Amino acid sequence: MSLAEVAKNPAGTGQKLKLQHLGMVYGQDAESVPVLEDINLDVSDGEFVCIVGPSGCGKSTLLNVMAGFLPATAGTVTIDGEVVTGPDPRRILVFQERGVFPWLTVEGNIGFGLSKLTREERRQRIAHYVQAVRLQGFEHVYPSDLSGGMKQRLQVARALAVNPDILYLDEPFGALDFVTRVIMRGELHRIWQTERRTILFVTHDIDEAVQLADRVVVLSSRPARIQDILTIDIPHPRNISSPRYLQLRDDFFFWRNPVAGRDSSGPSSQQQPCWRYGISPFSGRPPRSFRRRLA
Amino acid sequence: MKLPARFRPVLFIVLLLVGWQVAIDRHPAQILPGPIAVASGIVDLLRHGILFKYIVASLFRVTWGFSLAALLGIPLGLMLGWFQRGEMAFYPLIQIFRPISPLAWIPIAILWFGVGDSAAIFLIFVGCFFPMLLIAMTAVRNIPSIYINAGRNFGLSSSEFVTRVLYPAVIPQLLVGLRITLGIAWLVVVAAEMISVNSGLGFLIVDARNAGNRYDLVVAGMVIIGIIGLLLDLAMRSLENVKSFHWSSSEE
Ligand SMILES: Nc1ncnc2c1ncn2[C@@H]1O[C@H](COP(=O)(O)OP(=O)(O)O)[C@@H](O)[C@H]1O
Ligand SMILES: [Mg+2]
Repeated sequence: MSLAEVAKNPAGTGQKLKLQHLGMVYGQDAESVPVLEDINLDVSDGEFVCIVGPSGCGKSTLLNVMAGFLPATAGTVTIDGEVVTGPDPRRILVFQERGVFPWLTVEGNIGFGLSKLTREERRQRIAHYVQAVRLQGFEHVYPSDLSGGMKQRLQVARALAVNPDILYLDEPFGALDFVTRVIMRGELHRIWQTERRTILFVTHDIDEAVQLADRVVVLSSRPARIQDILTIDIPHPRNISSPRYLQLRDDFFFWRNPVAGRDSSGPSSQQQPCWRYGISPFSGRPPRSFRRRLA
Repeated sequence: MKLPARFRPVLFIVLLLVGWQVAIDRHPAQILPGPIAVASGIVDLLRHGILFKYIVASLFRVTWGFSLAALLGIPLGLMLGWFQRGEMAFYPLIQIFRPISPLAWIPIAILWFGVGDSAAIFLIFVGCFFPMLLIAMTAVRNIPSIYINAGRNFGLSSSEFVTRVLYPAVIPQLLVGLRITLGIAWLVVVAAEMISVNSGLGFLIVDARNAGNRYDLVVAGMVIIGIIGLLLDLAMRSLENVKSFHWSSSEE
């Protein structure tokens, strides 16, 4: 393990974000929809956490609560010991699509949150992040003339430009084609390694999660509870054809009813994890190569 | 021989004018002046210096009525759209006032302002205000929540939020609204001038009829009104093509 790897080892750094008994119910009385139930999670400073779960289980809701856009109906979100009560430029949410402002150019979008800086500082900051997301030459272009992948990079750049401690990404590459998605993953990881932010990344793509994350939080279907938290202990860069990677990914697919498997209490609908891919398409080996830690 | 596409409408209009003239020449009774008579009527008006004066008078009233409606209707509409309670309170009222034709206000306009420019301006204002209000309200409600959340995320103050998110987000819809209401204003000014003033293109039309059935001048007035209406619409459209204004259709 390189020094850089040690430096961002979650165990070695301070706690950043804490979710305690977090619950969210939409609506009232007869029409109420419980979406989040008793979510408990600790995230360390500089950690890259992926959140996976079936669509409609409450992943976006969870991010919106953590970012302060929605008030939780139970429990608390604490960041650096401070309870979150509203949105804050220290933590920026990146949306799945159409998050950039179409009335501003690339430069205007990246500089959106920088009005408090002097003109010169702003210019430098914009230039830096244009570079970081590789949009050189497009500074004066409007989003309607950018591809989907470029728009998402622009959104990430706009978020990073205000120096947030935490970046929440809500399926940011979900609407992109496969090749672009793979490239974007690499770019995001490169940026994370150079910029050192805490990242919470929602995805429904297991490969994406295994390639990027320090830990993967698995949510159940609605109402979402934390089913499992998996630590991905492969050092970066992750070679997606290495035996270790395949084994881990394989285990992920195989892992479909760990609670029943471990205490043999039999499957119950409450305990069903959200992942129902069935037996591994590769080997069907039992899970063993990831460390598993319940919240 | 192939004509460039942009000249085809012109050619078509020329053909229609020729057809019109031929039909008038062959018809025994006088039911409509022909295009030649109309053209000479326009020249007549130009020579007497009336045409230019009347166009300016009409545009003056439209400018005032339309600007007042926009200046009051847009901010009020944006506010009502933003604060849902305001919208709930005012919506039924607006829906009752909106279908009342501006022409129904003529007696009241004259009662309040007498015969003169103010009455005509008031009528144009009434005709433009309610559509403008509704369009602004709808525009706010249609802002994608993603822009609002993104704006809130970056820690803007309320006034920054209005100028940097709310305003640019509603601009495309407001421009369409302005174009529609300018068209309404131009419709209303003609009607208002027929009754409450003695200048302007609307007055020209009633005056030409009353002072000796000069139907050539009546149709000349109509043609001028049509052409100016077209030019106003083209001007508003060119505003919509400004890139930082017109982002909606290319983005959605
Ligand atoms: N404002 C709301 N009112 C009521 N139900 C909602 C609201 N927003 C989301 N939901 C419901 O909450 C559930 C979780 O939504 P969401 O967090 O968007 O899921 P995900 O991002 O995991 O696909 C969905 O079933 C959705 O229908
Ligand atoms: Mg979602």
